[in-house]
Amino acid sequence: MSKEWPLWEVFIRGQHGLSHRHVGSLHAPDEEMAIKNARDVYTRRNEGVSIWVVEARHIAASSPEEKGPLYEPSNSKVYRHPTFFDIPEDVGHM
Amino acid sequence: MKDQQALFQFLLRMGDNSLILGHRVSEWCGLSPVLEEDIALANTALDLIGQTQFWLGLAGEVEDKGRTADDLAFLRDAWDFRNVLMVELPNGDFGQTMMRQFLYDAWSSIMVGRLIKSSDKRIADIAEKASKEIAYHVERSADTVVGLGDGSEESHARMQAALDYLWPYVGEMFDGDEVDAAMVAAGIAPDPASLREEYDALVNKVLSEATLKVPTDVFHHKGGRTGYMHTEHLGHLLTSMQWLQRAYPGATW
Repeated sequence: MSKEWPLWEVFIRGQHGLSHRHVGSLHAPDEEMAIKNARDVYTRRNEGVSIWVVEARHIAASSPEEKGPLYEPSNSKVYRHPTFFDIPEDVGHM
Repeated sequence: MKDQQALFQFLLRMGDNSLILGHRVSEWCGLSPVLEEDIALANTALDLIGQTQFWLGLAGEVEDKGRTADDLAFLRDAWDFRNVLMVELPNGDFGQTMMRQFLYDAWSSIMVGRLIKSSDKRIADIAEKASKEIAYHVERSADTVVGLGDGSEESHARMQAALDYLWPYVGEMFDGDEVDAAMVAAGIAPDPASLREEYDALVNKVLSEATLKVPTDVFHHKGGRTGYMHTEHLGHLLTSMQWLQRAYPGATW
């Protein structure tokens, strides 16, 4: 069994109404200590109103090698941006 | 004893507890077993030094001889300090430091809870501000005591040794004298002995969760909060803490 504490990813909500943002990671023995450590490491300068932690091994991530098939197809689909379309003058602000 | 003198002594006791413990905890800076604990301990030390500024600042005002919090912290010698002996003891290993932190935080959290209702608004305000920091400290130190006490065979043995070593210093926090009697009479602060029941309930709960045995010996060391006699460790701590002001009087940056 590894003696290292597991790695946790930390997400902080900066203020009400905003979404949580990933701010970094840390080690902790369990989820309660991970939140306490996150409080001590990442909110020392009044950065947060809410903390999420998730053990890093529970995050499923895309593979960098697959970036071609994953992202390149959307390069050629400019019509997916609303700015692609001309809006008639008569419509006014949308 | 005049009321203002008693109040001054009371404030020194509060301020010296947080100052000396804050300095002790700061000694871990850069040396903790893991980065996260290092930052957490530094935060705790800074909270304690911050509380010291309020307590000793008010002590200086009450004394009315023009001494600031800095003067009181850096220009007094060992016999003028009024902290309990427990906070000046050396850190020992990380477990011993966290055990001391918990035994102090438990007392401190109950004490500030009472001081919020002090008849002296200046004291009630300091207690109100400090109470949020202390609530976090005691939650954190209690969790660590449980984690290590109910941890591996080695961590359990170290925490039990720490408790056995520190327990004889717990009783001093509940001693009372004429200073305390004056504070009680003026409605400024509670009788220290009146905190004991709540303290024992909290400490026994956490220590039993930590699978640790509270020593049954009732003897306790004393002499810190009255200034009668500190341990040899306080002088060594002061030579380090006060070095800069002693070597370069009045230095600022």
